[in-house]
Amino acid sequence: VAPGLMSAMESVDGAVRTLPSIGRLSRGLLFGGVHGRVGLSPSSRLLPPAPPSQENVDSQKTTFLLRKQWTLYSVTPLYRFSDTHLKDYARLLSAFIAAEKQKGLAVEIGVELGIKVAISSLPDLRGSDRDQAAILVQLSSRSPASPKNSEEKVIWSGWFCSVSGDDFSENVPEDFTCLPLFLANGAESYTSIVGSWFQKTFDCCFRRLAISPLNLSWMAAMWTGCKVDKTASAMELVFSVPHLPQPLDISYAIHPEDAKALWDTVQKTPGEITQEEVDVFMDCLYSHFHRHFKIRLSATKLVKVSTAIASAHCDGIIKFLQSQYLTGVLMLLTELAISQIQ
Amino acid sequence: MQRRQTPKQPLQVHRKKQTDLSAWRKGGRIDPEKSVQNHQSPNNQKNDSKQDSLEQALSYFEKVQDRVSLKKNNVLQKHLTTVESIALQRGLPPEGFDVLLNVALSGKLSDTVNTRLLKSLIPASVIPETSVVSSVSWLCVSKCSSNIQLLFLRWLITVFDFIDHKERLHALYGFFFSFLQDEKMCPYVCHLLYLLTRKENVKPFRIRRLLDLQAKMGMQSHLQALLSLYKLFCPELVTITLPGKTKTYFKDSEGPWKATINTVRQRKQENSLVSQPLFLGTAQPQSRKRKWNTQLIIPASSTNKNNLEEDREKQRVDFYGTNESFPVEQLQTFSQLLQNIHHLEFPSQMGSVLTNPLLLHYMNCIKDESIYLRLYYWMGQTLQEECTWYVADNKQYEEFKDFLETVYKAECFLQEGFSSCEEFLYKSLPLWDGFCCRSQILRLVSWIPLSSFSEMKSHLYDPLAQLFFTSSLYFKCSVLESLKELLQNWLNWHIIHLDSESDSQAHSLNTTLSGLVNVVAELIDFVGWISTVALRLENNPTFLLYFILDFYETVCDMYLRYNLPLLIMPPAGVFYPALLSMDSVSLNQLCYIMYRYRTNLVAAKENELSKKKILQFKFSSQTYQEYNQYIIAMVGCLWTSSAFQKDIHPQGLCMDDELLKKTTVQEFKTSFNIVYHPAMMGYAVLFLQQAWPDDTTFNFSLIKGKKWNWYLEYLYAQGLKGLKVFIESSINRVSQASHSKA
Repeated sequence: VAPGLMSAMESVDGAVRTLPSIGRLSRGLLFGGVHGRVGLSPSSRLLPPAPPSQENVDSQKTTFLLRKQWTLYSVTPLYRFSDTHLKDYARLLSAFIAAEKQKGLAVEIGVELGIKVAISSLPDLRGSDRDQAAILVQLSSRSPASPKNSEEKVIWSGWFCSVSGDDFSENVPEDFTCLPLFLANGAESYTSIVGSWFQKTFDCCFRRLAISPLNLSWMAAMWTGCKVDKTASAMELVFSVPHLPQPLDISYAIHPEDAKALWDTVQKTPGEITQEEVDVFMDCLYSHFHRHFKIRLSATKLVKVSTAIASAHCDGIIKFLQSQYLTGVLMLLTELAISQIQ
Repeated sequence: MQRRQTPKQPLQVHRKKQTDLSAWRKGGRIDPEKSVQNHQSPNNQKNDSKQDSLEQALSYFEKVQDRVSLKKNNVLQKHLTTVESIALQRGLPPEGFDVLLNVALSGKLSDTVNTRLLKSLIPASVIPETSVVSSVSWLCVSKCSSNIQLLFLRWLITVFDFIDHKERLHALYGFFFSFLQDEKMCPYVCHLLYLLTRKENVKPFRIRRLLDLQAKMGMQSHLQALLSLYKLFCPELVTITLPGKTKTYFKDSEGPWKATINTVRQRKQENSLVSQPLFLGTAQPQSRKRKWNTQLIIPASSTNKNNLEEDREKQRVDFYGTNESFPVEQLQTFSQLLQNIHHLEFPSQMGSVLTNPLLLHYMNCIKDESIYLRLYYWMGQTLQEECTWYVADNKQYEEFKDFLETVYKAECFLQEGFSSCEEFLYKSLPLWDGFCCRSQILRLVSWIPLSSFSEMKSHLYDPLAQLFFTSSLYFKCSVLESLKELLQNWLNWHIIHLDSESDSQAHSLNTTLSGLVNVVAELIDFVGWISTVALRLENNPTFLLYFILDFYETVCDMYLRYNLPLLIMPPAGVFYPALLSMDSVSLNQLCYIMYRYRTNLVAAKENELSKKKILQFKFSSQTYQEYNQYIIAMVGCLWTSSAFQKDIHPQGLCMDDELLKKTTVQEFKTSFNIVYHPAMMGYAVLFLQQAWPDDTTFNFSLIKGKKWNWYLEYLYAQGLKGLKVFIESSINRVSQASHSKA
């Protein structure tokens, strides 16, 4: 049920009028800035530097990551992992998959089981040289109809990455490799097999990474501010109303230019975003919605944010849409993954 | 994240969790059933009698003739119940299966009895192959009803992995195959064949038979399962196409046994710290309903298989073969650990050490940051993922409780807290209801390592105090108990640390002596504060007072027993309720504590005087002053009957004579001495009865002079040892002390 799908903010001025509330809304003190052991969110974040245009050429290598749904996991550091052994790992993992698929049956060694494992490195996916290069795992199968010479089809893929996670990795001994964020696309049964193998082999621990409404509102604000060349699609926020006998979702769509204009009036220092600014931005959107529909969105739960940059769901599912902002989004996700394992 | 220094207990302190070395035997070649019993020494007698009744029951079933009616035969009823209850509780020993299967399948007894017997065939360890083979021969002569045959097959499928060998069972493949023609049995026989089939079993005539059956009965998932297995082994023989994806081939055939088998296994693991012989691995069955990786599984110990070319080359270079590591799966005994300690490798998943005491021993000897870090990550993630008050779904409560218990046991074993556990407590205590897994959580609190006060206050003391004040008396006592353990763990750590002072790398900001003194003082102050409030909230119950004074029994002896230059007196809100308690236990405890304070303070004073140089730490004059105030009040109350005049403590008993007269209590001066004190009067009455058996007037004033000394002896003989040491040490000297002070 979507009681209100708005195509555009009626005017930016209307939103700006709500700005005097900044002082009262300040939540800076609640989030003491110290990234303590109990894992509070930071009160401000630096935006990744604007992507240089040459990189678009390199980004060809990562375009296959776009427009797919990725399920997010956090992974604790891998013990005794070495990216010089990727081929051996692929061999071991493929034997493990064969054994798992045939559980309870004798497995004959050397028999083709139809699933091929490839593990490779994605050196482009990192924030700086201090980050470990991302690792891609792909499972592909030959179609059973014509086993010979048919093209292999990727049935599952997953990748580990760390973008600007060096604060974390620098404090970890040499034996460990920090790739705190894992993204999987494909059947969960394969995620389970591959994940179990990594857990067994590198003594690490996978956990689903959910995105809190607070972090979703951060994403909404951060992605609104990003420039996109083409005419972009609408920004959409989905809210779910709690404590109802039947689920009720409210979808709130805003024209990207209007959202950008609003954001520009809220953001003070370019290149940096504070919690206060995010709150003001969301509050403006809420009060605008309230004026039209008399529904207070602040009492509901933000469950999904979609923009031209990416879309994110609170269950920990993400879809990347723009390759030049891929690392920027991954940086935030890496941060969330690290805070879950620390 | 760093491995933090945490308290260790000195060896002389007895810990009930520490088990003796003889228990480290992990079954091995010994009959697992018997070795399990050896570990349960407290239960041994109970077990012996159970063992006897089981043996009687088995020999009864071995000899039972003809059809005995269950209703009329009490002996049968008795033995049947014995078998059932033992099976449910700890499973049946291997030798029981032969007897019970024989009787159940021979058709001697009624089907009700046979069903009940089959249902109680829960293996405690393994099932001998011979008993299964002989029961198959019973099946062939069809002495039993078809229902029993079906039940037997379902049982066989469920316990298939528990059968010790399978060679002879494989030889019966053809027999099982022939059962396929029975329509009722067919699905179960298919399942069994699915478990048994090897490549050499796939024969063209069998494939034909299966296809015939399929033609007759239609597409049945169990037939398809068997066919697809045949096709997997011999694709050239099975040419038909089978539907690719079938979620479940076999209907739930786990029957009534699976749950019981798991319970029995879990109970067994609880009963012995040493994990069981792992013929099935320790991984619990995966539940399909839960998402991947959300089930609490402590991994089994297995060798790190991540040995690649590079490592193999290293081994070739090594001529003496010392690099060849000893596989952890083979580690069964303590002596093996000692022999192989130089080339033992930790398991691929560190989490598995929790249930393996031998590896915990090993971990204790190894100073390697990475093993702690691996454990830290795994445990931290598992605790958060499973914490039942984080996650809405509360079904895994028991699992989580067991896990916390395991973690606590490992901490006791290592005499050291895990930092992931500490962080988990800090994160979860503010959200805790004080009820869920109470004893586990509170016991884990006692292993929190020393850290700065501000951290302890916001993460531990504040949330704990909130729960403490709003919870039951019992909860309050449990909190005090665990804070006492916490204090003792810190003090023990300190004493170990003193012994190994040379080990300078262990020094950090937190562990300097002044840091330690401050943190300990703050803990004691915190307990003093909550105790005072709790005594008022609960109206001074003896039970609570006992736990509070128990805490102070550790506090009063810190200087002499733990070599810590710190003594803190209990607050007046604790001291006076104990002094005026209605119960002699509390009063006696207080006397003992005051005696230990005195001993410690005297020792400190002597030390101070003997050493000319200025000591880094000395007790403040305030501590001596507080002690003196209390001792004057105590002696005034119990001995000189002058409490109301002489008590000089600001919160003390000092009262105006005029005011006291208004209470119209006669002889108010003496009302708290050792004769009239409400906690002592019972003794005084009994003493009077013994000394003057004819006198029924209870004239307490008779107790004076020589009789006073007799009365004292009487009290000492009644077990009031605290009172004895207090009076002997403090009474005569208090006048001297006050003289010298003046």
